[in-house]
Amino acid sequence: MNPDASTIAAGAPIEVDLSPVAEGQDIKVFWRGKPIYISHRTKKQIDEARAVNVASLPDPETDEARVKSGHEQWLVVIGICTHLGCIPIAHEGNYDGFFCPCHGSQYDSSGRIRQGPAPANLPVPPYQFVSDTKIQIG
Amino acid sequence: MSGPSDYQPSNPALQWLERRLPILGLMHSSFVVYPTPRNLNYWWTFGAILSFMLGMQILTGVILAMHYTPHADLAFKSVELIVRDVNYGWLLRNMHACGASMFFFAVYVHMLRGLYYGSYKEPREVLWILGVIIYLLMMATGFMGYVLPWGQMSFWGATVITNLFSAIPYFGESIVTLLWGGYSVGNPTLNRFFSLHYLLPFLIAGVVVLHVWALHVAGQNNPDGVEPKTEKDTVPFTPHATIKDGFGVACFLLLYAWFIFYMPNYLGDADNYIPANPGVTPPHIVPEWYYLPFYAILRSIPNKLAGVIGMFSAIIILCFLPWLDAAKTRSSKYRPLAKQFFWIFVVVCILLGYLGAQPPEGIYVIAGRVLTVCYFAYFLIVLPLLARIERPRPVPNSISEAILAKGGKAVASVAVMLVAAGALFLGSMQDARASEGSDKPPGNKWSFSGPFGKYDRGALQRGLKVYKEVCASCHGLSYIAFRNLAEAGGPGYSVAQAAAFASEYKVKDGPNDAGDMFERPGRPADYFPSPFPNEQAARAANGGAAPPDLSLITKARSYGRGFPWFIFDFFTQYQEQGPDYVSAVLQGFDDHVPEGVTIPEGSYYNKYFPGHAIKMPKPLSDGQVTYDDGSPTTVAQYAKDVTTFLMWTAEPHMEARKRLGFQVFVFLILFAGLMYFTKKKVWADSH
Ligand code: FES
Repeated sequence: MNPDASTIAAGAPIEVDLSPVAEGQDIKVFWRGKPIYISHRTKKQIDEARAVNVASLPDPETDEARVKSGHEQWLVVIGICTHLGCIPIAHEGNYDGFFCPCHGSQYDSSGRIRQGPAPANLPVPPYQFVSDTKIQIG
Repeated sequence: MSGPSDYQPSNPALQWLERRLPILGLMHSSFVVYPTPRNLNYWWTFGAILSFMLGMQILTGVILAMHYTPHADLAFKSVELIVRDVNYGWLLRNMHACGASMFFFAVYVHMLRGLYYGSYKEPREVLWILGVIIYLLMMATGFMGYVLPWGQMSFWGATVITNLFSAIPYFGESIVTLLWGGYSVGNPTLNRFFSLHYLLPFLIAGVVVLHVWALHVAGQNNPDGVEPKTEKDTVPFTPHATIKDGFGVACFLLLYAWFIFYMPNYLGDADNYIPANPGVTPPHIVPEWYYLPFYAILRSIPNKLAGVIGMFSAIIILCFLPWLDAAKTRSSKYRPLAKQFFWIFVVVCILLGYLGAQPPEGIYVIAGRVLTVCYFAYFLIVLPLLARIERPRPVPNSISEAILAKGGKAVASVAVMLVAAGALFLGSMQDARASEGSDKPPGNKWSFSGPFGKYDRGALQRGLKVYKEVCASCHGLSYIAFRNLAEAGGPGYSVAQAAAFASEYKVKDGPNDAGDMFERPGRPADYFPSPFPNEQAARAANGGAAPPDLSLITKARSYGRGFPWFIFDFFTQYQEQGPDYVSAVLQGFDDHVPEGVTIPEGSYYNKYFPGHAIKMPKPLSDGQVTYDDGSPTTVAQYAKDVTTFLMWTAEPHMEARKRLGFQVFVFLILFAGLMYFTKKKVWADSH
């Protein structure tokens, strides 16, 4: 009962052009049926994400480890709440990040869990930059 | 099912069969001569009611499956087509959907009965555990069935519930992938759920056979909890129990029919009339009512794994009940303390259910935690402790002695309580209605409300005109065909008029022999064309918010009625949240934005729209559409007419539903009455 061949084939990597996403905006693309948030973070959001004491987080991870160096303004995360799988809303909640409407989990501007029942940070999908304005997810 | 039978059929053909397969003897000994305790009360009829409901669900389900398409793109539409086009499809669907709720209602009564009268105690432990297994299977079946219509709640309910398994350490993720058959809930998930939803009821039926077998070996428990000792303590199953069960089923059918014919959407969620959309989570995900207590337990534990464990152990703990409660006395009738705690437990369960439906914030979370502790404390602390400290009242020596000692007071007092409560509800309702909050849509007088409601033909025709001239430029009506305009219970056009109406539209058809698409005038069988070719185009043309299709809008929109309204609504058959909301939004525009509300660029203020910022500009203004029947051409009248029309598009067979409902009720009341008097006759000298 594992995924069949066509489902797996449809899950091949995709390329996303980032040039139309202005600073402070984000887009949602679907990969393997999952929504992927790509946010163009503002300076303020980056600073906030880096200023927190990592050890105090429920799921400690530095912001540096969650983005690609040289592309700090881009945050790419799978937009599926690690609690029970709802889609969090971007630019909501108390941490300048994401807010899950289902049971109230809040994520910061690095997609890390800060408050609520979710146990882990929003996962970062495998991706790399093919050029400065284009990424390949998968 | 116990031991060889000495049953001898008189017909030679049956004798021939009986010598080779003693199935008639089995039936005879299990359901005819089988001795049942003579003091059973009506709570014992729920076994028969449950068997009846299982049969009903399988029967309606098999027929529904003949018309249903288990595909992510087609499932939602196929359910709508069942309701609209299949002969009595609306009835089948309502019977099946409400049937699930009724099934769970009956199973809860049955379980609480077992809890109260100690039916799980020695020697009925296996019987009880088999029952818990049936209950678990029912929950799985019910959950997968709820996914099949593939509405928003189906999809997100499936997402949330399947993700529960991801909490399991190590294997969690692979189990979830196995459930999904993909990387997320999608078409493969729907397919396997359909397959399992068809399979599990037959497993349930199999376990039910074991359950009944175990019951007939151990014998039925009874309200006094003393085993039958002599002939005098029992009566033969047929006719005594059969006729009593028949009466119980008839009464239960009255309740069931109330839902089927008058409140089909009362227990459902309006969001499930919106097709599944993997990109948008509904603001508030709630499971079906029968899972709510467990959902509340899940949410009140702040850790994911612990929450999931808590939720499942709330059910599994039932399996250990025979050993947790070590008290010798079975029936709570003779256990003064256990009786009180039992009722506290019932209240705890109901409150947990209520909390499960509330948003997880503030006081609700705290209350949820307290009640979760109470729930487990009942099993882990109260019951074991009571077995030690409680001093039960003396139990009668035999069933016949117990019967002599009591009159029929219990039933009478329950009846009095029900009547009083009903009267209270109805009485307090009128004044309470008036004091509703101001952000709630105001109530309206609709021609289609109430048990005899009918659509106002004039309003339907005017509403169609308003839709065609105003709404249709942005909103589709894709489930409605032109032929529907001439159908009974609709706007009352003739077939020729509907055909003429259709021919005014241009419909895309093809490809023709040359392989090209072409346009032709509409035919009665065509559906209303949509203003936009696809959702993206609709979104792009309307500032990012796609105008929703209006076919189901009056059922897909609602507003929270809140406590205690939803209880009154059950008695008053109030089903018009959707129409009230739609007509309120149409009239709720205001150029003057009240203080404290900020409306973003490109949105408009609307008093009744959630969040107040709506993307749709004010659609109606006085005099915009001309009426030729002299009705006032005001916004209020337009809103009323178009809402009536949209109620019809959402529920074209409503008049047939209410008409048939009345006939069924007359029949059922007569039938239940006859059953009652037959039962009295049969039991005349057994009491
Ligand atoms: S699914 Fe996001 S908080 Fe529960």
